[in-house]
Amino acid sequence: MSVRVAGLTLASPVLVASGCGGTGRELAAYAPLSTYGAFTTRSISRDARPGAGGPTITETPAGLVHATGLPNPGLDAFLATELPWLLTEGARVVVSVVARDLGEYAEVARRLATAPGVSAVEVNLAVPDAAELGVLDAREPFHVGAAVSTVLRELPRGVPVLAKLRADPVRVAETVRVAADAGAAAVVLGGALPAALPDGRPAGLSGPAIAPLALRCVADARSALDAAGADCDVVACGGIGSPEDARHALDRGAVAVQVGSALFHDPTTAARTAAALSPDEGA
Amino acid sequence: MSPVHVTAEVLASKRIGAFQHVTLVAPGVGERFRPGAFVAVSVGTGGYHLARRAFWIHQVRPLGGYAATVTLVVQPRGEGTRWLAGRQRGDRVEVTGPLGGRPFALPKEPVPVLLVGEGYGAAPLFALAERLRERDCPVNLVLGAPDEAHLLSALEARRTARAVTIVTGDGSVGARGSVADVLPEALRRSGAAVVYAAGPATTLHAAALAAEEHGAWSQVALEQRTTCGTGLCLGCPVPVVGEDGVARTARACTDGPVVRGDRVRWDDLARGASA
Repeated sequence: MSVRVAGLTLASPVLVASGCGGTGRELAAYAPLSTYGAFTTRSISRDARPGAGGPTITETPAGLVHATGLPNPGLDAFLATELPWLLTEGARVVVSVVARDLGEYAEVARRLATAPGVSAVEVNLAVPDAAELGVLDAREPFHVGAAVSTVLRELPRGVPVLAKLRADPVRVAETVRVAADAGAAAVVLGGALPAALPDGRPAGLSGPAIAPLALRCVADARSALDAAGADCDVVACGGIGSPEDARHALDRGAVAVQVGSALFHDPTTAARTAAALSPDEGA
Repeated sequence: MSPVHVTAEVLASKRIGAFQHVTLVAPGVGERFRPGAFVAVSVGTGGYHLARRAFWIHQVRPLGGYAATVTLVVQPRGEGTRWLAGRQRGDRVEVTGPLGGRPFALPKEPVPVLLVGEGYGAAPLFALAERLRERDCPVNLVLGAPDEAHLLSALEARRTARAVTIVTGDGSVGARGSVADVLPEALRRSGAAVVYAAGPATTLHAAALAAEEHGAWSQVALEQRTTCGTGLCLGCPVPVVGEDGVARTARACTDGPVVRGDRVRWDDLARGASA
């Protein structure tokens, strides 16, 4: 079932969420990467980040609390090794990015602009412990708008920007309007909610625990964007763990879904959801 | 070889000492197995437990008409391990495996080896011992535990190994003390060129140190808590030093679980620090 998302034509409305597909190699063991509408990379920063020391993820009822510290090899290493490999595997690649400030966002985007094979850029504005991690803290909607427009300005036409936002139903309407005004072709709802590890370290909460909040965000975002007449898609994320979850989100106005932490429970979740949503399966 | 995700069936579940030995029919898992590999099991039902539990593959053998059943050693401690230990014959369990990007590396020459294990963590050493024996490596074994109930398969160990040293914290079997106490002597007596260790981090560290002092290589099977076991979640960081001497963070699941003992930054591991 091909689908239009943020101006792109994708083979499936089921995408792999950022930070949940490893480097791609690990996930490719269970299904070809072309199975998914797109593979969203873990968030890539200009410089390599080693990530936090363990334990960085703990289980909580119906969810995970995580503070991995955004480990990644840095933009140069990613572009030299991981991106070409993903492309040879037939993946549509959405590169998730984080940066310290707007200047660094611009620099990262400039370098991505000349990298072949980047289908879209997802700006990770849902980092729950941003201040701790030294990345831009998109606490206010205007931060979201500034980051989106900064990245968009550096990219060639045809490479859309997706804004990944936390699943905060209280501010979602105003935040998505700002993202759309800044030029985001889609908003991804919802990233992790601010939480804490048992020892008090700042962390994010993801998984089925936030699914009802994320669903509310999807519906409210769609209404707000429609009311504003904005040409901006909504991609659902957060607790999507089954074809049924995906259908709920699509019914609430999402054009696609991202499957994330459910892959930690069963690495075939996204592939099975994609198959179930394909008309070939009689779904 | 690539892992598979399958619905496995419990063929047998036996209480042995403090452990539950759970044998699964998991098509494709046992066939791909190499010593040091593990499986990730989804626990419970209804998706309330998103994180999975990792278990060493203890044995792969033909049983009940199946070519390659997989036996796991479970020490019931938390909710997940208790759930798996409570599964009965015929129950179904979601399993991914065999996992681990780097299982134990086997020596090319038939050199003497020392295997060091503690508690249920010693589980991956037994299949390793068999592989090493097939390669004509003289196998020496040190097995430790707090007490007899937590000592894994000591009888079986005596069948596969040339020399077995048993040590328990309370002295109920073998010598009283810890694995670290007996390592220098076991290394000297075995003349081991390679030390393979599996168990808690303190035991691995002791084995790596003893090996280094003895001039032997060490391979340690890290037992980090992993959320997914598959390399996706980035949740099992291990501080290591690369071949180039630069500090890095590896993933216990896919960059391990077996790493060279002299590559682990043990103090950072104990502190929970990264590069």
